[in-house]
Amino acid sequence: MVTKLPKVDVVTVGVGWTGGIIAAELAKQGLKVVGLERGKPRSTDDFLMIHDEYRYAIRYELMQDTSKETITFRNKPNQRALPMRQLGSFLLGEGLGGAGVHWNGQNFRFLPYDFQIKSMTEEKYGANKVGADYTIQDWGITYEEMGPYFDKFEKTIGVSGEPSPLGGQRPDKYPTPPMKETVITKRFKDAAKKLGLNPYHLPSANLSETYKNPDGEQINACQYCGFCERFGCEYGAKTSPNVTVIPTAQKTGNFELRTHANVTRILHDGTKATAVRYVDVLTGEEFEQPAEMIALTSYVMNNTKLLLVSELGTPYDPNSGTGVIGKNYCYQILPGATGFFEKERFNTFMGAGALGATVDDYNGDFFDHSDLNFIHGGSISITQTGLRPIQNNAVPPDTPKWGPEFKDKSIHYYNRVLNIGSQGASMPFRHNFLDLDPTYKDAYGVPLLRLTYNFTEQDKNLYKYVAERSAEIMKEMGADEVVTSQTAENYNIVPYQTTHNTGGVIMGAEPETSAVNNYLQMWDAENVFVVGASAFAHNGGYNPTGTVGALAYRAAEGMLKYSKQGGSLV
Amino acid sequence: MAEEKPQTMSRRRFIRNTSLIAGGAAIGGGLLGALVGANLDDEQRTDPNKQTASQQAGGQNNNEALMYFTSREDFEVLSAAAERILPEDDHGPGAIALGVPYFIDHQLAGNYGYNTREYMQGPFYPGEETQGYQTPLRRNQVFDEGIRMMKELSQKNHQKAFNELEEAEQNEILSQFEQGKVQMRGVDSATFFNLLRSAVLEGAYADPMYGGNRNMEGWKMKNYPGHQASYLNQIEAEEFQEIEPQSLHAFHK
Ligand SMILES: Cc1cc2nc3c(=O)[nH]c(=O)nc-3n(C[C@H](O)[C@H](O)[C@H](O)COP(=O)(O)OP(=O)(O)OC[C@H]3O[C@@H](n4cnc5c(N)ncnc54)[C@H](O)[C@@H]3O)c2cc1C
Ligand code: SF4
Repeated sequence: MVTKLPKVDVVTVGVGWTGGIIAAELAKQGLKVVGLERGKPRSTDDFLMIHDEYRYAIRYELMQDTSKETITFRNKPNQRALPMRQLGSFLLGEGLGGAGVHWNGQNFRFLPYDFQIKSMTEEKYGANKVGADYTIQDWGITYEEMGPYFDKFEKTIGVSGEPSPLGGQRPDKYPTPPMKETVITKRFKDAAKKLGLNPYHLPSANLSETYKNPDGEQINACQYCGFCERFGCEYGAKTSPNVTVIPTAQKTGNFELRTHANVTRILHDGTKATAVRYVDVLTGEEFEQPAEMIALTSYVMNNTKLLLVSELGTPYDPNSGTGVIGKNYCYQILPGATGFFEKERFNTFMGAGALGATVDDYNGDFFDHSDLNFIHGGSISITQTGLRPIQNNAVPPDTPKWGPEFKDKSIHYYNRVLNIGSQGASMPFRHNFLDLDPTYKDAYGVPLLRLTYNFTEQDKNLYKYVAERSAEIMKEMGADEVVTSQTAENYNIVPYQTTHNTGGVIMGAEPETSAVNNYLQMWDAENVFVVGASAFAHNGGYNPTGTVGALAYRAAEGMLKYSKQGGSLV
Repeated sequence: MAEEKPQTMSRRRFIRNTSLIAGGAAIGGGLLGALVGANLDDEQRTDPNKQTASQQAGGQNNNEALMYFTSREDFEVLSAAAERILPEDDHGPGAIALGVPYFIDHQLAGNYGYNTREYMQGPFYPGEETQGYQTPLRRNQVFDEGIRMMKELSQKNHQKAFNELEEAEQNEILSQFEQGKVQMRGVDSATFFNLLRSAVLEGAYADPMYGGNRNMEGWKMKNYPGHQASYLNQIEAEEFQEIEPQSLHAFHK
């Protein structure tokens, strides 16, 4: 028995950053919005006991309960995909605010190069720079067109920062000044300058000072408490949807939040969506929520999965290269270098999720790729996020993994290790994609999403180059021993890497090669907007959320337009 | 080798304390003030009338009893193996003195041991290394089987209980598990070893409320101050900051 509910203007599937932004923007305009979130409600009050590394960083209490739903994974199409039985490589969000509760808050704008990567690469290096199996494409929007939306997101979340000397144009200053300079960030900047690079303070959503955003929400000043990424902020100082867009939506009186509501399907008539079906996960009751417009805001994985199970849009076929849903899944390439310092101890246990310094000299196309066997690159940063003792036991190479020598060295180096890391860009590859698993199901009987993914030659070449550049900086910083990270032969789902998954429902200028237009409106169903990093046609050389947030504001504008005029917005 | 001797309870210096409970209701400026500002003076800390029941219990730790293991011998084998992974040395206590075996026992009795938040639906196939944990066994069953095999191997090779072997002999057996060379039912022995190794580190360095990291001695070895409300005033410091550690219990005094 499915209970049919009265129709509303808008439903969001998931209430994290993207769902929260859509809800706030449309509710402010008087539309009736229902937010369906599968997890539980939570707010700053729930984070008073948060300084517990074991509970939150190791056992992942704030993240997706994989006993209910996960994905399956294989490296190549001819392998049997198996369930990711526990979280590892990435930490999917669940609960009000999504991963926006436990993110770091490193907030960047993708580069002008990212939005026009195909045309700019071809223009400079000719048509054959990357092989035909790398399905890069322009995003159907330019950096200049994205400008106002970037600006809006940055002002909503109060970013503390200073401009990158190399980044795209930004007419307006960051809303708050950069975070504090520490021994570690200064050492990195000095070294980078000596090498002729252009360092700047990492743009942060852990705020340098108390800030009131344009919606009237207050974000407090960061205390550098060292329990940031993987944790909620007990001060309301790390900007999250829960302290900004969700309360903004709620204050309008036009937003109804339903938690413990897991959406299982989008109902449609072939051209338009009519409703979503969801399960109350506490009671098992099923509901149908009709709506004029549906915003899929359930992150990369479930945005793709819900379209596939609902048979909306054409699934991607890697053999023919046709179809779009599930196409261009990308990740992030993470080269870096570790420095062991014998004579100095650093306050690495203090810090904040987005406290750091960055260079863009090896990002995008800021360096010449004519003689290099890859395109793009990555931002290179040092961060001081708070090294906690369970997770951090760095020892020089060739140290045993346990026993007396391991104990001695892991304790000795605990405060004597610094890391430089890059957010390397990830280019789409024909055989890296998402589809439905034929065998495994979630707790509601819906097939799991299947991920087929491996590192490519492009990835490995980029990795090696950027790791070497990172090591040069670390040497200049005075480390006694520098260990350059090595690329893995195959992508492994077990060790944590990053929760920067992208693609699956990509944006573009043509319906043949993209699933959504530059308002994130589906080509195949005009009242469905698919919002998130699922729209990225490739992954850039930065953390994604600055660009995700901007795209969500763009989509909200599109939905408002659609509510008035209907039809395709482009 | 160890430059800083671990601080003992009696050598505590000034400790910044905060009462989150008192300020908990207010969000925003009010909470900030309560979190950062409230320092408890030393007098109050040592006043027996202000101590909690567990502090007054005369050193008896009621938490140190078995929730999961049923056999004393299994617990002794686990303890011996944990100590080999993180042995006592000049830096400070090893796994046993840190209470790590109790930590593991307690974890195996709950969500961790029963894999309540992991996808445990079949079918099960061994899979590639890149595909991760694929055994149908729950973690506590993996430990049961691992310990059973440790006992069996030590009897077979040395005619002795594992916990009575020389350290080198124990290490040799553990290495075989680590290299995946021990035949186990339903799970690869390297998977068991990796679980054990991780659990030992978790027990050594998790908040002491979980039963390990006794007296925060794990943290003290690493000069890790545990839970501190704020580093706003220290984050720009040029020198390394030695700060007396504090656990989450500080919120409940
Ligand atoms: C540890 C960590 C650190 C990070 N640090 C950074 C950083 O420093 N900088 C950066 O740019 N990015 C960072 N990220 C990524 C960032 O968190 C995400 O980009 C961002 O949260 C994505 O927002 P979203 O709304 O698309 O998805 P989410 O935040 O994941 O929200 C999706 C919501 O949808 C819900 N949902 C899913 N499926 C359903 C369903 N079927 N029915 C109902 N609800 C559903 C989920 O429960 C969730 O609440 C980090 C992520 C993690 C995990
Ligand atoms: S480091 Fe700052 S922003 Fe992060 S949780 Fe602590 S106080 Fe909040």
